[in-house]
Amino acid sequence: MKPTSYALDATFAALADPTRRAILARLATGEASVAELAEPFAMSQPAISKHLKVLERAGLISRGREAQRRPRRLEPRPLADATDWIERYRRIWEGNYKRLDAVLQELKDKQRRTVDALVDEGKPRPKKKRRTR
Amino acid sequence: MKQPALKVTTPSERELVMTREFAAPRGMVFDALTKPELVRRWLLGPPGWTMPVCDIDLRVGGKYRYVWRNADGREMGMGGTFKEMVRPSRLVATESYDDHWTGGETLVTTELVETRGTTTVSTTVRYATREARDAAIKMGATKGLEASYVRLDELLTA
Repeated sequence: MKPTSYALDATFAALADPTRRAILARLATGEASVAELAEPFAMSQPAISKHLKVLERAGLISRGREAQRRPRRLEPRPLADATDWIERYRRIWEGNYKRLDAVLQELKDKQRRTVDALVDEGKPRPKKKRRTR
Repeated sequence: MKQPALKVTTPSERELVMTREFAAPRGMVFDALTKPELVRRWLLGPPGWTMPVCDIDLRVGGKYRYVWRNADGREMGMGGTFKEMVRPSRLVATESYDDHWTGGETLVTTELVETRGTTTVSTTVRYATREARDAAIKMGATKGLEASYVRLDELLTA
């Protein structure tokens, strides 16, 4: 399934915040409860819950069934969609820039030839033998 | 020859930043980014596309217009206006595609920094709306990208 732009928007919006990225990095190592997620941050549980809500809406995390802890876990799919898109973008520009490298190399060669020609012009020319009459 | 790495990051929900080094002085890179006869040789995207139209009026308030065409005759056009122009270090321009024009323009900021003959170009693409992002995704989704590597290698070793 192709990601919709709306889904990508939600993904990128969710990823724009450093706390949320840190939460995702933590969840990449395994599921965790809200209390466990709040621990490394100087933040209240409600503040963390707010971030979790954003991540959940973007489909980046889900809740486990365990009634008490309700552990959050990472949902890898939307993240993969987002990186796929960046990857496609990157490939197009890699192609463009590789051609640009070739253009620049040509410009440098041309400049070098011009400089060489100027240097040659400044040198005294080898004297031609004059034919005597 | 090893190709310098192209870094692509998304620092915010509407921004995309590309960074790449080029083995040439800044003025030369700036020329290659802004002179039509040079731009049309590399700004081609996926394989099979040429750039029959490449008009650039390089001054603040000046417009640029690009049209690409593929072997089937399909065309894709875009253009915009230069908002800032500081040769050879900075260029800010609006950008919108004909097909996907939505009333929201993308703002593209290009910065060139030179260190010992190597120029780092960073391009920040700031999308105005979700629709504008759509256009970018559609363009990015164009098929047949892998084949471009072969063609590009040929071009480089020629």
